[in-house]
Order: sequence, then structure tokens, then C-alpha cells
Amino acid sequence: MRILVLMKMVPDIVEELEVAGDGTSLDREYLRFIVNERDDYALEQALLLKDRLQATVTVVAPAAPEVDDILNTALAKGVDRVIRVSGIPATSGARATASALAATLPGIPGALPADLVLSGCQAIDDLDGFTAPILATALGLPYLGLVSRITVDPGAGKAIVGKEYPAGVTGRFEVVLPAFLGVQGCEKPPRYVPVAKVRAAMASGRIEEVAAVSGPSVPPLDVTAMGKPQETGHAEMLGGSVRDVAERVADILAARGLL
Amino acid sequence: MATAAVLQTPDITLDGLLGTPAGRALLSCIQCGTCAGTCPHGDAMRYTPRRLIGMLREGYIEEVLATDDLLSCVTCYDCWAKCPRGLHLTDILLPVVKEQVFLRLREVPPELQDALANTMRYGNPMGESPRKRAAWVDGAGVPVPILRDLGRPVDVLWVVECYAAYYPRGQDNARATARVLDALGVDYAILGPEEKCAGECARLVGEKGLFDSLREQNMATFGKYEFGSLLTSDPHAFDAFRYVYPALGLDRPVDHTTPFLAAHLDALRPRLTRKLGYTVTYHDSCVLGRHNHMHDEPRRILQALPGVSLVEMTHNRDNTICCGGGGGGMWLDTHYKSKGLTRLSDRRVEEAAATGADVLAVSCPYEVPRFEDSLKVLGYDGRMVVRDVMELVAEALDG
Repeated sequence: MRILVLMKMVPDIVEELEVAGDGTSLDREYLRFIVNERDDYALEQALLLKDRLQATVTVVAPAAPEVDDILNTALAKGVDRVIRVSGIPATSGARATASALAATLPGIPGALPADLVLSGCQAIDDLDGFTAPILATALGLPYLGLVSRITVDPGAGKAIVGKEYPAGVTGRFEVVLPAFLGVQGCEKPPRYVPVAKVRAAMASGRIEEVAAVSGPSVPPLDVTAMGKPQETGHAEMLGGSVRDVAERVADILAARGLL
Repeated sequence: MATAAVLQTPDITLDGLLGTPAGRALLSCIQCGTCAGTCPHGDAMRYTPRRLIGMLREGYIEEVLATDDLLSCVTCYDCWAKCPRGLHLTDILLPVVKEQVFLRLREVPPELQDALANTMRYGNPMGESPRKRAAWVDGAGVPVPILRDLGRPVDVLWVVECYAAYYPRGQDNARATARVLDALGVDYAILGPEEKCAGECARLVGEKGLFDSLREQNMATFGKYEFGSLLTSDPHAFDAFRYVYPALGLDRPVDHTTPFLAAHLDALRPRLTRKLGYTVTYHDSCVLGRHNHMHDEPRRILQALPGVSLVEMTHNRDNTICCGGGGGGMWLDTHYKSKGLTRLSDRRVEEAAATGADVLAVSCPYEVPRFEDSLKVLGYDGRMVVRDVMELVAEALDG
């Protein structure tokens, strides 16, 4: 069984995000990048399937700052191949990114066909999480998103997929392989790998590099303005004794006609 | 009495252990069980130090390495201090075995995983922005120079360390220390955003690769500047800089803020004029106390503060009780609870409360959150407060 995992880097919000002077993009001077959290869950899901089914796992990620760290970490966790794709700008937008990946992936020896293609179902810099379904369509694969549990029956050529819905409702789907699944979560959080193993992976120099292939022309994402949310109100912290707080709550409710 | 010393072979592996003098000394273990009896988690560990040595000698070490039992070791230096054969278990044996245990762990407990991953990525276990590492200086009330901005050599490079730099109550310690250094007229600076965790707790939980990475980065940073000596607020960092970093070339004197102040106490004494009116009991930290025998220094400082009367807990000095935060224990409370282990800080706080003191004084920034949590859990909140020695000194300044 072969699994292809698509990962990407996103801005690390441990640093305050600032809008650049052009008013349409992030100030990148102090910006750091971190693996998209959903993609990390997709990798963990692939590793769990690898453990159970002796699958081979290949990770592909667009070149970006700090991407080598996550590729070496993936190697240290036990994936078989990691591939960095150069030439896909991070600001391309969902359609252009999907177009470039759809044109590039078939040309990477051994990447496709895969029984399962996994990626995060969305990212914090996505517009509505469309990259994965657009790419799945371009690759001619069925797509199921917001997946939180995957089991595979290789003999039957199908996957059993769990999804979560509001109010605690869960759904169970049967998907014929090959398929593309957008991962939201996983039965376990992403595993830790000791830094010594990551350093050994770094020293091995096993990251492969391929150049992106241009796909069908897609209009670029046109950002007209970027800004922080406007403050429209503030929380009021109530202090004092229990009686003081209770009286203040009563006053607030009364002032709003709620008593 | 056991004496701490610079590790000559800090990068030794388990495979090469018995080829070193310290490793061969393990063969002289008389299996008396003092280590197991004194270990604060010894009653719950399958592989106590005594049994660990026995397994190693008889060729069954893989059985030890296949369990997570040694995560229960909080590197309190109790077995190190009390071994009648003088085997320094915490220096060599426990780190090299824990390193192999860590490499084989099927799952790292989540809180520990977060702390280690954050330390690797951000240089601190809290996952805070490196750019905010010096945010605490706002409110210090005195100038706190950052070495990069100062543009000249300093006598003392103060490595504030993670809990004093980021944890809100730890920042009280950092601000107090800044006021004390200012009062002493010390020529010092901090690294600010360039500072990273010293990595000692990563090393002693078995994450040697993370320690190596941090040590390389810190040595590169130290190499950019000229300074006379290192000062740190964290006993764990003190140990790392004093006993482990020298193997990679750190050749400056290293001190911790408490013994540093004790050495300069006479210069500060005229300004210690505010009467505090506290009954204080002092907790000897495992690292500063048991490992480095720095018992008199904090007590000399406390006795110099006006209106402070000092009372002792039953277990003090080398016989202190561990707070449970060392060797990764800071991020293993949930793991220990799942194993049915006692929270060690609760034991310590019970003993502190029994003295009738109203202040539990400490010299390690890990102990403030640990003991404050225990005070709340045990119902002593309001009867006793936890204060770093430096906080008490700053409070007594210029009354």
C-alpha cells in the first residue's frame, strides 16, 4: 500500500501577525513558519497506517522557510521519502496551488499512483479549505474532507472513514481506493520524535527536490485589503465580593431589559 | 559528602559506559538499596537505581530500556548524595540510561511532549515567542540592559532562564533580581530575545539530542559577546553551565543569583532597611542545595532581612524533599498521577505548613508554581505564600 501525504508551512501565530505596508499582505520580516496543524495530523494518520499495514509513505511539501525541519522530522518519524517542491509561491491561493501540484505530482517518480492521498482539510491561510478538494478533482480522485479516523481494508480495496458532525454526531463512510482524504484529526495526536533522530535525518541529506511544473493557467488570488479585526467592544471584568459581583450582574441584566 | 564536579565525559553513551572509570565504578555497587529507599518515587518504581545497576551488570538492561519506568526519576540527587559507595548515579548512569529509554518510548506523555517541542522550536517550554523573552523588563523599575544593544563588554551576563523570563510569578523574581543587581551596582546585561533554555531538564529526562542542540546554540550566542562571568536565576541552568557546558568550551565562572547575592551581602546590607515582619521557612532545592550544598547562602540572606525570623522544616539542607520538578518532572504531573504517584510538592508543602511560617522561601523558579499549586490544592492558600529569596530581598530594599 502506498500513501502520499501533502504538507505545507503556514505562518506561526506565536508571533504577532502584522500587515505589511502594502495593506494586502503579511509583514514577513519577523514571520516564522510552522507546519500546518492539520497536515501534521495527516502525517500521523499515515504513520499509523504504515505501522499497521506496512505501507510506504511519501511526503511532499512546497518549498518554504523552515520546511526542511518538518521534512527531516517526518523522516525521523519513519516515512520512506520526503520531497520538496520548489516554485510554488505560498501566496498563490488554493486554485493556483492545486493546479501546480496537479501538474507536478504525476511527474515525480513513485509518488503517484497512491492508494491514499492525505492532506490537512484546511489551513489557517486557506480560503475555506478548497485546495485539497480542487487538487483531488484535478487528480481524478474521490475526495472526502474533515476526516478524523481512517481504517483501511487493503484486501477489499476500500477505506472506512470517520467524520464528526455537530452535536456529537459521527458519520462512517466507505470509500473505494484510491482516494484523497482531507484530514481534520486523528485517533492520536502527532507523535514526538527525539531530536537526536531528527539530527540524524538532517545529516542523512535524504530530502529530494523537484521543480514545480506549470499547470493550466489560473487567475492568481487577488487580495484587495488585509487588516486586523476591528474592536467593537470590550469585556468587563467584575471584581469585589460575591455580593458586589452579584449586584453588578443584576444591574447589567436590568439595564438591558433582561430582568 | 558527595561533591558536584564538571562532567569529563558528558557525551558518553550506554554502550561505552562500562569503559569509563565512572562506569566501571558501578561494578562496585554493594546492592544495599539505600538509593531505592531514599528515592522519592522509589516505592512505585519497578527499576530503582539499585535494581537498574543489578540489571545492567547481569546483562538485562534492555528490559529496563523497554519501559517508561525511569520517567519517574526527577533527578533529585538523593541517591547521588547518599550512596555509601559514592557512586554518582545522577551524573552518569541515570542520564545515559534515560537517554536510551527516551529513544525507545512508544509515546511521550503529552505535557512533556509539548514542553520539549516548544523548547526545540522557541527556546522555552511554554511555547512563547522568543521576541517576548525580555518583556518582563517593563515594570522592573530599573534599567535592564540587553547585551546586543549595549555594544560593549560587561562583567556579568545574566541568563534569566525560561520560568523567570516568561512565567508571570517567575517574572516577579526576574524584576526583583534586576532591582537587586541595580542596587549593588553590578555591570551586567541580559541576552533578551537571543537567550534560549540551557536544556538541563531535557538532558536529564533523556532528550539528549535537544540538550545538544540547545548547548550548541547557546555556546554560539555566548561566543558573540565579551563578558566576565555567567549568572543565572535557575539552578538547573546553573548546573548545566557549570558542569556540562565546559566540555564544549565554556570557560567562564558561573554563579546562581542566590549565592551571588550572598557573596555581595555586606555591600547591600545598609540598604536592607524595610522591616518585613515574616516568619520564613526556606526550601533547599535539590540542585542548589543537595547537589551544590549551597545551604548557608540563602539562610544568610534571609537572616539579614529586617523583621524576618527563620524556622526550619524537618527535612532540610542535604536531606531536603524534592519538589518533583526536576529532570522533566515539571511536565509529568499528569503522567505521575496516572501512575498513582504522590505529587512531591504536596509532601513538601505539608511539611512547610507544619512549621507555622507564613512565607515559604525558594531559590528555584520551578518551585514557585509547584508550591503555589500545592498550597491551593491542600487548602493552605491564604495561610502561606511562596516567595523567591530575591523577591524578599527586593522588598526589603530602601524602606
